[in-house]
Amino acid sequence: MTTATTTNTQRENPRLDEIIAAHQGREAPLMPILNDVQAEFGCVSEDTKRHIAEALNLTRAEVHGMVSFYHDYHETKATLPILKLCRAEACQSRGSEALAAKAEAMANGRAEIESVYCLGLCSVGPNAMIGGSVHARLDEPALEALIREL
Amino acid sequence: MRIAISDDALAIACGADKLAEAFAKAAPDAEIVRTSSWGMQWLEPLVDIDGMGFGPATPGDVAAILDGSSDKAIGKIEDHPFIAKQQRLTFARAGKTQPLSLEDYSETGGWAGLKKAHEIGPEATIEMVTESGLRGRGGAGFPAGIKWKTVAGAIADQKYIVCNADEGDSGTFADRMLMEGDPYCLIEGMAIAGHAVGATKGYIYLRSEYPHAVAKMDAAIKASAHLVSPFELEVRVGAGAYVCGEETSLLNSLEGKRGEVRAKPPLPALEGLFGKPTVVNNVLTLAAVPYVLAEGAKAYADYGMGRSRGTMPVQLAGNIKHGGLYEIAFGITLGELVEEIGGGTDSGRPVKAVQVGGPLGAYFPPSMFHLPFDYEAFTEADGLIGHGGIVVFDDTADMLNQAHFAMEFCAVESCGKCTPCRIGAVRGQETLERIRAGGRGAGAFEALPQMHNAKSAERSLEDEVVLLTDLCETMKFGSLCALGGFTPYPVMSALTHWPEDFGIRETEAAE
Repeated sequence: MTTATTTNTQRENPRLDEIIAAHQGREAPLMPILNDVQAEFGCVSEDTKRHIAEALNLTRAEVHGMVSFYHDYHETKATLPILKLCRAEACQSRGSEALAAKAEAMANGRAEIESVYCLGLCSVGPNAMIGGSVHARLDEPALEALIREL
Repeated sequence: MRIAISDDALAIACGADKLAEAFAKAAPDAEIVRTSSWGMQWLEPLVDIDGMGFGPATPGDVAAILDGSSDKAIGKIEDHPFIAKQQRLTFARAGKTQPLSLEDYSETGGWAGLKKAHEIGPEATIEMVTESGLRGRGGAGFPAGIKWKTVAGAIADQKYIVCNADEGDSGTFADRMLMEGDPYCLIEGMAIAGHAVGATKGYIYLRSEYPHAVAKMDAAIKASAHLVSPFELEVRVGAGAYVCGEETSLLNSLEGKRGEVRAKPPLPALEGLFGKPTVVNNVLTLAAVPYVLAEGAKAYADYGMGRSRGTMPVQLAGNIKHGGLYEIAFGITLGELVEEIGGGTDSGRPVKAVQVGGPLGAYFPPSMFHLPFDYEAFTEADGLIGHGGIVVFDDTADMLNQAHFAMEFCAVESCGKCTPCRIGAVRGQETLERIRAGGRGAGAFEALPQMHNAKSAERSLEDEVVLLTDLCETMKFGSLCALGGFTPYPVMSALTHWPEDFGIRETEAAE
């Protein structure tokens, strides 16, 4: 059992071991593990990378390569709630750029505004996503209301 | 009374959940069901009361809708011109069934295709798919039957069916709608493919921006496992990389690696997932298969034009009055789709440009609206159908900005493996910025001693345009995959059709 081993560089984290154990028997378990880790902890830290690498018999570089490649994985946890505003062409044609220009000021320390490229709601933009919930037909008051509720 | 409201992500984003709650409170005796979406997205949330439609509805409209005085009434939904004129084969169940109801699925002809495939055997199944003329709906348009035949002919201890559900193109949502609205149809298509080529394991690679689709597919796979056994299915969720929609990058990602593109050959059909023979097909390709098997190859091939057979679920998006899903045989013109069906722009201003085929697709002006929706016709016009998304822009759009965005997007999403894409996209952005500035003065940077090969003289706007054209040529023919290879389409089409937005006077453009 490699999942339970601990090294000097990493603190004990039973939840991380559970996530790894839940996927370890599958084909190519790394990505499902990273998805769950990101969802659960809000980031994939250096310690976590090393721990996962050890558990899956990979190098730390292989795990780090994954984390740095995919936009969804973050090295550090965001301190504020994240609002993802769609900036792809369909939303651009419906005014997302003007909205995005004001979003930062609206968020004003309440939320972190991230860009996302297409939520698949392309005829009712501008659109945004908060966690797993999606919001369409945003204008300034609607976006402001969304941010206030965060 | 049966009140149906969609639980499609778009309907939910427009407030369908709150609306359903309001109806449950106001009409406690009514049967409230959550169905798939009809695809008339400007009317979402659309309420379907015993076949009559009301939309876009808000909780404030509930009382009026129930007492019959609502001005949101659109009449009988099935007779609405947007629906009545469509040829829905893949989306035959849209709006009508509950996505996760196995009962609804089998009552509407579900599993007939899989049954037929089992009856006639793998070879005849592949034959039927080939005869139907079905081509890959992800963008490349490769004949599905030929791909299947290659995989079927390969000898290996394990083969895979991989469904590409990494629908990252802006302006496309047909995959999402199908997975959220009719998940068993995709499962049936994949099971047929598995039976045909001898694969027992299937993966659906689904983008993380589609949490509703992930939940529906997971639930549907669980509920239907006994019906497709011994074929096994699994959803794998992506992590926000656009390039993973490219099939070899997708395979790397499925293997738990960085989503870097692989050089071809070897073809994924021979050495795909984990080096095994693999069918990689788009959601819409696989979802079209049950119809082909159940109704026959000819029934499908009778739709369409030229070498583009069958129907295409066209997605009308962006600044369009009547946006949504419009499934129709190939051959309809761009103008019919945008002007007649789509009703022009939502803003009411004139249409300036439409981008067909996502961020890698060309921009077309209204003067090219005679183009028929057909793979070959679009290729000839220096564009592509891609995944069938059409994004409309009104006359406030600045095409230099759009060209710049195309390069910027390519730079952000490039996997980094090949030079034309990785470096070209960055240089493209810089060149476009200099074009916006009207050229550049004599360069200080190029005057450095180590830059002895660089041209240090000032460059005019025309020089910059020549550079951009040359760069696009290099990217188009030198990139490993469609990301770098097709980014020149939006850039060059913007430059060709709207030179004035690039500061080029008409006389010069004509020369």
